[in-house]
Amino acid sequence: MPVMQYREALNQAMREEMQRDERVFLLGEEVGAYNGAYKVSRGLLAEFGPQRVLDTPIAELGFTGLAVGAAMAGLRPIVEVMTFNFSILALDQVVNGAAKMLYMSGGQFGVPMVLRGPGGSAHQLAAQHSQSLEAWYCHVPGLKVVMPSTPADAKGLLKSAIRDDNPVVFIESEVLYGMKGEVPEGEYTIPLGVAEIKRPGKDVTVIAHSKMLHVALQAANELEAEGVDAEVIDPRTLRPLDTETLLQSVKKTNRAVIVEEGWSFCGVGAQIVDILQQQAFDYLDAPILRVTGADVPTPYNKTLEHMAFPDAQRVKQAVLRVLYKA
Amino acid sequence: MKSGSTARTVANTTDANGGEMYASSSLEARARRLDPSLLKDLLENMLLIRRFEEKAAELYALGKIGGFCHLYIGQEAVGVGAISSLGPDDYILCSYRDHGQALARGMDPRVLMAELCGKVSGCSKGKGGSMHLFDKRLGFYGGHAIVGAHLPLAAGTAFASRYLKQPRVTVCFFGDAAVNIGSFHESLNLAQLWKLPVVFICENNEFGMGTPIEKTASILNLHERACAYNMAHAAVDGMDVLAVRESVAEAVERARNESLPTLIEARTYRYMGHSMSDPTHGIYRTKAELEEHRRRDPVKRFISALEAIGVVTQATVDEADRRIRDVVEQAVVFADQSPEPSPEELSTDVYLP
Repeated sequence: MPVMQYREALNQAMREEMQRDERVFLLGEEVGAYNGAYKVSRGLLAEFGPQRVLDTPIAELGFTGLAVGAAMAGLRPIVEVMTFNFSILALDQVVNGAAKMLYMSGGQFGVPMVLRGPGGSAHQLAAQHSQSLEAWYCHVPGLKVVMPSTPADAKGLLKSAIRDDNPVVFIESEVLYGMKGEVPEGEYTIPLGVAEIKRPGKDVTVIAHSKMLHVALQAANELEAEGVDAEVIDPRTLRPLDTETLLQSVKKTNRAVIVEEGWSFCGVGAQIVDILQQQAFDYLDAPILRVTGADVPTPYNKTLEHMAFPDAQRVKQAVLRVLYKA
Repeated sequence: MKSGSTARTVANTTDANGGEMYASSSLEARARRLDPSLLKDLLENMLLIRRFEEKAAELYALGKIGGFCHLYIGQEAVGVGAISSLGPDDYILCSYRDHGQALARGMDPRVLMAELCGKVSGCSKGKGGSMHLFDKRLGFYGGHAIVGAHLPLAAGTAFASRYLKQPRVTVCFFGDAAVNIGSFHESLNLAQLWKLPVVFICENNEFGMGTPIEKTASILNLHERACAYNMAHAAVDGMDVLAVRESVAEAVERARNESLPTLIEARTYRYMGHSMSDPTHGIYRTKAELEEHRRRDPVKRFISALEAIGVVTQATVDEADRRIRDVVEQAVVFADQSPEPSPEELSTDVYLP
């Protein structure tokens, strides 16, 4: 199986879907001549031409709304936001437009579009460029929210997102773009709404998405030395959430830790806690713990920034606490 | 072209600066060049909107129509004139003041009234309401209730026409208040930059809710904003259905043949409040001002012009009016008798399978 970077897997997914369906097109800042701010769209302009790979003005509201209208008229746009921080400028078109069009038109107008780009923190990008906004999008009925953590998932999930008839918010990770992994060639799709057990275990369930999956896996590997067998699950799609896979795991391990980079208050993990306590209450042997980003704007200073986000040590501590070993 | 400072008064037929654009003689002159059956259709469309909206106001007062309800009375010439210049495959997008355009496009008044009453037989199954009218078969792409937010959508449907090499033009209606929001500027820039076949029609009724345009816009000749984007633009008397038709037809041809956008400012006036919860006068405008505008009523002016050239008589107009009132009554009966959406409708149409 070929080994490639996460960004290359995304590129392959877009290339294959654009070859497969002429209605699919890509627009966004720097996606064409510059080959993408993070080189995810490398070569697409050369292959598909300026009619299908469009460099836009810095006008997120305008070009995202244009994509919503184009989708209503039968096209299948992929909107690249340079980072999800800038998607806030387009939020009205996504929340008031894309997410609600089907409902308020009585089922007449679906909006098959993908809004994609990197989210989360990177390296000292400071407050306005380092945030995890997935909880905002997860809150809205009508949207699907996908966050791949590996190159293979990136390809399989993006292909499914592009084929989905609903608006899909597809949040990548700036720091995972260079990550390498095996990626199946050609037709390879992963259905939206299906979690994956990334590491089977029996003692505790650790739920983590996007780059926090790798923090959770590191913690799980270190815990093994301490005799703790953690099961690590990546929901991959946050909405719709694969609650069944999460519940089955928690019913087996009786303990759960949820890791996310985003803020704690009203975060994705809070929703998962709600589901688990409602549907697996009798199986729980300890309160569910969450490891999250600090409840502050992201600081620039390297040391402070490191303190603001979950790391393996903090995940380990939480796991040991739900096992009453710490 | 008029200076910005006098834009508020250009709406008067008696305005000395208005020139030919606002003279009723031009309405007659235009009418003479058109087929009488078309003229009668336009008049009946305007009358239908007038009577429908009057009935909607009654039903709102009775509590049969809920929520926000923005009526089109006074602005009929804009929707009717503009839409009469479109082909059957063209796209229409509107703001929340969308009843008039839906009727002008040929939406069955029964289906529209049912939607206003929240019934399942409505165009959006009773789930959209007054502000969210949709009909895919009519090319009616909504009813959108965030000021200015549908202008990018219109750029998008126009983009789709260009992308798919289809000769479908998009017409996008919005109010004067929308010209101050960012989406207006982002959409105009994209439309001109990417040569999109779209006609932006600003219905300048002089007020953004209760605030007069002079208090919100730095340039009162709103169509001149197109200059910033090197876009074709025009102002038109929005109380003259044929002037609107002619102006929009020219823009539609530009869109269809050259794939270029246009911004048209139709100067009009709404007689009712911003919505049904807003009084017609007393807070932000006087009764005298309202009455002054009523004197150039687009329906009455058109009737006078058609009488003058012998296309209609008072008797034929009265007959048409009776027939239209009956159509509106039938729409109310249909809405009354239509079922409520089933409880299952609460959770359908959230996602496509």
